[in-house]
Amino acid sequence: MCTEKQLLSGNEAVALAALHAGVALGVGYPGTPSTEILERLSQIGGKAQWAPNEKVAMEVGIGAAFAGARVLVTMKHVGVNVAADPLFTMAYTGVKGGMVFVSADDPGMVSSQNEQDNRRYAKASGVMMLEPADPQEAYEYTRLGMELCETWQLPVMLRMTTRVCHSKSIVVPAPPSEPVIAQRFDKDPHTYVMVPAFARPAHRRLREKLEKIKEWNESAAINRIVEGDASLGIVTSGVCYLHVREAAPEAKVLKLALTHPLPVEKIRAFAASVDRCLVVEENDPYLVESLRTAGIPCDGKREMYRFGELNVGRVQRIIADDASPEPAPARGKPPQLCQGCPHRTAFAVLKKFDCVAVGDIGCYTLSVLPPFETMDTCVCMGASISAGLGMRHVLPDDEARRIVSVIGDSTFMHSGLTGIADMVYNPPKTGHVVIILDNETTAMTGMQEHPGTGRALDHSRSGKVVIEDVARAMGLTNVVVTTTAAEFKKALAFALNTNELSLIIMRRVCRLAENKIKAYEAALETCNE
Amino acid sequence: MSNTNGNTTNIVLAGLGGQGVIRAADILAEAAFLAGVDVKQSELHGMSQRGGSVTSDVRFGSEVLSPMVPPGEADFLLVLHPTQTENNIHQLREGGVLINTTAIIGDGQDLAVLDQDATPLTSRNFNVGLLGLLSAHFSFPEDAWVKAIHAHLPEKLHQQNEQAFAFGKSLAGK
Ligand SMILES: Cc1ncc(C[n+]2csc(CCOP(=O)(O)OP(=O)(O)O)c2C)c(N)n1
Ligand code: SF4
Repeated sequence: MCTEKQLLSGNEAVALAALHAGVALGVGYPGTPSTEILERLSQIGGKAQWAPNEKVAMEVGIGAAFAGARVLVTMKHVGVNVAADPLFTMAYTGVKGGMVFVSADDPGMVSSQNEQDNRRYAKASGVMMLEPADPQEAYEYTRLGMELCETWQLPVMLRMTTRVCHSKSIVVPAPPSEPVIAQRFDKDPHTYVMVPAFARPAHRRLREKLEKIKEWNESAAINRIVEGDASLGIVTSGVCYLHVREAAPEAKVLKLALTHPLPVEKIRAFAASVDRCLVVEENDPYLVESLRTAGIPCDGKREMYRFGELNVGRVQRIIADDASPEPAPARGKPPQLCQGCPHRTAFAVLKKFDCVAVGDIGCYTLSVLPPFETMDTCVCMGASISAGLGMRHVLPDDEARRIVSVIGDSTFMHSGLTGIADMVYNPPKTGHVVIILDNETTAMTGMQEHPGTGRALDHSRSGKVVIEDVARAMGLTNVVVTTTAAEFKKALAFALNTNELSLIIMRRVCRLAENKIKAYEAALETCNE
Repeated sequence: MSNTNGNTTNIVLAGLGGQGVIRAADILAEAAFLAGVDVKQSELHGMSQRGGSVTSDVRFGSEVLSPMVPPGEADFLLVLHPTQTENNIHQLREGGVLINTTAIIGDGQDLAVLDQDATPLTSRNFNVGLLGLLSAHFSFPEDAWVKAIHAHLPEKLHQQNEQAFAFGKSLAGK
């Protein structure tokens, strides 16, 4: 793999770094803005695979790193919520091989349901956190993260943001290192079996590790000081650093790289060296709170700048402590379901029924907009089935009967199966109706494969989970597969009038994915000949 | 101008999902890279495939800092869809250059007319045509543009896109 300088996005840079670091496996679940990392890793010759969800991805990663291999795990910020259970305990166990997991945050919610700040996860769980500002640092920190993890036996969260993931700039790669080949799992129950008796000392070990890492971080060269006029000193990290340098070229700057555990004494000395110490960070006041807890006086941003991403103009306003209202963002044209989208057919039918559509996340969420306006709730992946059941349990019968849960095929694989288990286990009196809009792809994030497509991340043949077989095996009594508006309408009319547990699968391929899928299948045919 | 060292060129590209806004930005950034200057490109492509507004920023110069064009500081605004000028014009600095479809289809709204006329421009490749028009303002070597077009388009489209680029360039100054 060439080490010439190249123009790469942050995501591409992480993939290249993973390859150069000799990772044995990249694993994740799609989610903007993280998706391209694993796609790229696969294209440039690495082994990469989609997991059904982020919890599974993180656990596959833990296993690989327990066995001693280097592993990259990727997800968007809300994916870390799904993977939070393994996250908190893997900080206790630690890992043997290098494990870097990407949390791709989305300040401003370009394509997300919230703008949670995952720096809080690093602190809450106790893993290390690196925050790259641009693709060059995304490359360097991915490789550094592998080394730090192996040194301290503690996983590293590479906290990216949309602007780092999706911006391109020039990257100069370093020579690749030799891949680490995992040979065997070395048994060590005191480290890897978190029963209370072993977990209590493990928690203490974690805190001791973090103390040592903090000591190391205090003098690590990765946290850089840019000299300048001491009347203004700015503490910052990630892409904000670049906005700061442009907004206040004369200011003295402390640019932090490893932001958990923080080099508190270095920050204290920096703050003491300037007249005014200002923290510039996107979203939550993570750094401000940490500085103030440590008794370091500093200014932060006003609450109005917590919302949305920062840019040079907003950083200038933060420096000037400008509280005047910001100009309203220009309103562009909102996205719409594509012409010929199969979801249009389903929603045109659904609109004719007087239903409450307890929805989920995917392209189909766009049906909340005109002309359909047939999506009544959307919280997180998988919530359609479970929240629909909740409504059915508490509403009077005639209202309960109006509730349908609407979910996509990839979302169903991600977190719909446990909802079906609950439906069978705790059936509402009126039964329930689940609709799976099976367009045979993960369309929303750019048409990735999933366990129901029968093709792997690189579109080669894989095992296949057949939704209707699973649903029947789990105990749903009325399972129908439809492909036309007429069939769908008939199935829905029937299901809404029984007390059965119904699943209606509307199976029609995504208009944009159709030709690609045909090409993948044609390629697989010729392989077999 | 915006940059600390005052020599960053700022371009904002805008249009609708599916029009090739990001492809055009990729080609522009690649050409700048091949021309040997520092360059950054930034895009927001959340759900761009579904026809919503899309923009991408490209900045080049001796050292580019922020990947985003500071608000209101675009030197050039390249708009690929007639409906998208109004919501993006605030990005253009005073005295900045607006390049839009007027140069190729007049005041019309329908880019499909390009598929009937005799020019090498079509509703698929006019993004590269507009890049040709933009290119007249910069001094990148010609082969940087050609290589950039090749790097970002499948081989069977190379020739017609080179022609679209050349045609766009020929419109400059008219
Ligand atoms: C926990 C979590 N992971 C990932 C995402 C990003 N995401 C949103 S919807 C979706 C899947 C959409 O696929 P599908 O359900 O098949 O619907 P389609 O878009 O194909 O209509 C993904 C990956 C998310 N919102 N939350
Ligand atoms: S990408 Fe596919 S599923 Fe999404 S709106 Fe377009 S046709 Fe529909």
